[in-house]
Amino acid sequence: MTTPLLDIRDLRLSVPLGRFALHPLLKGVSFQIMPGEAYGLVGESGSGKSVTSLAVMGLLKKPLAVSGGQILFKGQNLLALPKREMRRLRGNRIAMIFQEPMTALNPLSTVGRQIAEMFVLHQGKSWGEAEKLAVEALDNVRVPNPDRRVRNYPHQMSGGLRQRVMIAMALACSPDLLIADEPTTALDVTVQAEVLRLIKELCAARGTAVLFISHDLGVIASICQRVGVMYSGCLVEENETRALFASPRHEYTRGLLGALPRLGSRSEHGRQRLVDIDSIIADRSKLTESRFITPRELDGSQP
Amino acid sequence: MRLGFNFWLGATLTVLVIFAGILAHWIAPFDPVLDADLMNSELPPDATFWFGTDGQGRDVFTRILYGAQISLTVGIVSQVINSIIGVTLGMTAGYWGGWWDDLVNGLTNVMLAIPSLIFALAVMAVLGPGLPSLLIALGLTNWSWTCRIARSSTLSLKSQGYVQAAQTLGYGDLRIMFTQILPNMMGPILVMATLGMGSAVLAEAALSFLGLGIQPPFPSWGSMLTDARQLIQLAPWAALFPGLAIFLSVLGFNLLGDGLRDSLDPHMRTRKP
Amino acid sequence: MLRFTLRRILQVAPTVVVVALLIFVIFSVVPGTFAVSLFADGKRAADPQLIARLNEEFGLNKPLMERFVTYVTDLARFDLGTSFRTRQPVVDLISDRMGASLQLSVAAMVFAIVVGVPLGFLAALRPGSILDTTTMIGAISGLSLPDFWFGLLLMYLFALQLNWLPSFGYGDGSLRNLILPAVTLGVAPLALLARTTRAGVLDVLNADFIRTAHSKGMSEAKVVRWHVSRNALVLIVTTVGLQFGSLIGQAVVIEKLFAWPGIGSLLVDSVAIRDIPVVQGTILVIVLWFLIINTAVDLVYAAIDPRIKQE
Repeated sequence: MTTPLLDIRDLRLSVPLGRFALHPLLKGVSFQIMPGEAYGLVGESGSGKSVTSLAVMGLLKKPLAVSGGQILFKGQNLLALPKREMRRLRGNRIAMIFQEPMTALNPLSTVGRQIAEMFVLHQGKSWGEAEKLAVEALDNVRVPNPDRRVRNYPHQMSGGLRQRVMIAMALACSPDLLIADEPTTALDVTVQAEVLRLIKELCAARGTAVLFISHDLGVIASICQRVGVMYSGCLVEENETRALFASPRHEYTRGLLGALPRLGSRSEHGRQRLVDIDSIIADRSKLTESRFITPRELDGSQP
Repeated sequence: MRLGFNFWLGATLTVLVIFAGILAHWIAPFDPVLDADLMNSELPPDATFWFGTDGQGRDVFTRILYGAQISLTVGIVSQVINSIIGVTLGMTAGYWGGWWDDLVNGLTNVMLAIPSLIFALAVMAVLGPGLPSLLIALGLTNWSWTCRIARSSTLSLKSQGYVQAAQTLGYGDLRIMFTQILPNMMGPILVMATLGMGSAVLAEAALSFLGLGIQPPFPSWGSMLTDARQLIQLAPWAALFPGLAIFLSVLGFNLLGDGLRDSLDPHMRTRKP
Repeated sequence: MLRFTLRRILQVAPTVVVVALLIFVIFSVVPGTFAVSLFADGKRAADPQLIARLNEEFGLNKPLMERFVTYVTDLARFDLGTSFRTRQPVVDLISDRMGASLQLSVAAMVFAIVVGVPLGFLAALRPGSILDTTTMIGAISGLSLPDFWFGLLLMYLFALQLNWLPSFGYGDGSLRNLILPAVTLGVAPLALLARTTRAGVLDVLNADFIRTAHSKGMSEAKVVRWHVSRNALVLIVTTVGLQFGSLIGQAVVIEKLFAWPGIGSLLVDSVAIRDIPVVQGTILVIVLWFLIINTAVDLVYAAIDPRIKQE
């Protein structure tokens, strides 16, 4: 059994509410990601999926604070790491891409320079060398005319291109883990597919593991080998992708899948109303009481 | 509407100034102009003359109290004039657009090109010194900021549903402007006016200090400083208290305005310094 | 960039023209004249013949239209008229004193930048700290302070009591004479600069791209150096520019207080004696200066922020 690349153990996170109370955002979340694996974290807004990724990166802003548990990366507990060590990992071994590529890039700095920063920061390259490497990086993410595009400012590029720039930045140092937080949500549907394919191919080629966060089941299904479903700060179901979609065991997962409009269902079943998730789930408050985590050996996927 | 510390401190100072002005007649131990005994000139603060006396033997404390009346009058009246001009021009410009809008914009640009103190100086030069000229001069200086805000508010409010509804009901333009649009921009306008009071008081003080505003022997805090300047070495308190009065009242108006702005909309950016 | 520059200049030109006309209109209705003001102190009996002769000499008896035409044609030749008091060309009077005003403005601005910007920066990097609160209190106090009162207090303390600095005047043009007036004039811009720098830096710090920068593994110092500075610079430069433009107007009172031989004190003195040509000329020059600086600020802004030129 190989050691997991990322091993999150009983992670708890809370935020102060008023002066005395603490509102829990993560209530003991545990899951692992194997090297090279694409793992999807799905759930609605407020389920805690984004905040989990921020905790891994160490980017939590006050007043959010981890209140318990461990985040083991290649065996090291990131939560116990001194800041300097953490900075060395960030961008270098663990990278992240965000939802809004327009605001995620500095509007006053060229795209090339922002990519080049990675090489100067982590590989000690000079700015000249780094700029050349930036052109290569743009080429890798299939940006046409990379030598010209390098000098563009973010506002001169479309949303899809900007997201490619983000990917180029993130993968610049060939990290072991890429965290993608809703990277395609803000993009047009046609562009979404291309960006997803890019992520899938690049990460597969470099053996980069992916933690893919989304509320969109379709997107998760296309990239991830394994899926974890989050609700209200708990991981309520986890399984290999196909198994999860074929036979969801937790009520919430069934609700999510049931609420998906199905192509062709009208011709099969006649006209039907779109199902609202709350009509599938009987009692939301009971949802966190049960968990259905399928361990890896049982589902047949490689440990 | 959360009212923070700024607001309350500002409100306190402002209320203090208002009370000083209103109650001056009753609180002041002396007459600000007539009780001038040269035998008492340049006395340091003591039991009779709480803030000391000036070069003419007048009680500084009394003059400060009466000076509040002048400052408040200048502040309030000038801002009322400012607001009326600014709102009228800005609202109509935003609502009707077209050549009128261009004209108002051009006029605003010209006004903004002239530093306000310089403009006030020029107007005072034309009208001569004294309180009425001062009120007109200051009323004409800062309306351009109010106008800009009124115009942009009008532009965004014009497309609101209730305005369009009123239009389809056949309400007249003026009626719509005054009943639908104006009430919705009162917040920012009020903030501008409050902050403007501070500027007006500072401007009046500067003009009076230069001898172009309130003329002696009337107790304007600014003109008190002109006299005090001559005696700065003999009677420094005569310079201390009027300036302190100006500072605290303007601080009060500024804090009040800031506090109002923060509670109305923390993202509101008035570019007025 | 050149096209943008030309476009900006063209936009400003009409304003200049209108201001020049406005100045003429305002001052053509000034009651009382220079001649009359000579007798205003009441020391001599007003001599109607002298008044009439002076009015004739200054061309004040000519019809308005004629005076207007003279004004415009003179302006076209950069002739601002002749002073009633000294018979010198106004242009000469102004150019003699422009240097002193510029010195004062520049010194005040330098003071404001050197103290205000770092304070604003630090306050934003440590929000809620003692430094932050003190800076904010200081800033709003600075904006509420009557600058001439502050100058008076400084004068009292440093010149008259401690005798470290001269209390007024240009003196031999050395730095010592510049200090008090410059600090007095610089307090308000300093306060404003501290406030806007703080707000600008805070805004940048809360932006998404700062989170991206952190996610790349940058230290706080590098984030500030590589990302915050340039973005906050835009706001700072704009504020500095606008303040500098209006400083020459604010300097009027300070120049009078410290007997500084600049165009501000020239303006005040001329207003007092109704020396209309000088008043008109000085105001025009001040406004022109303000507009030039504002246009320059726009150009610098466009140079820093690549998005502007697209418009």
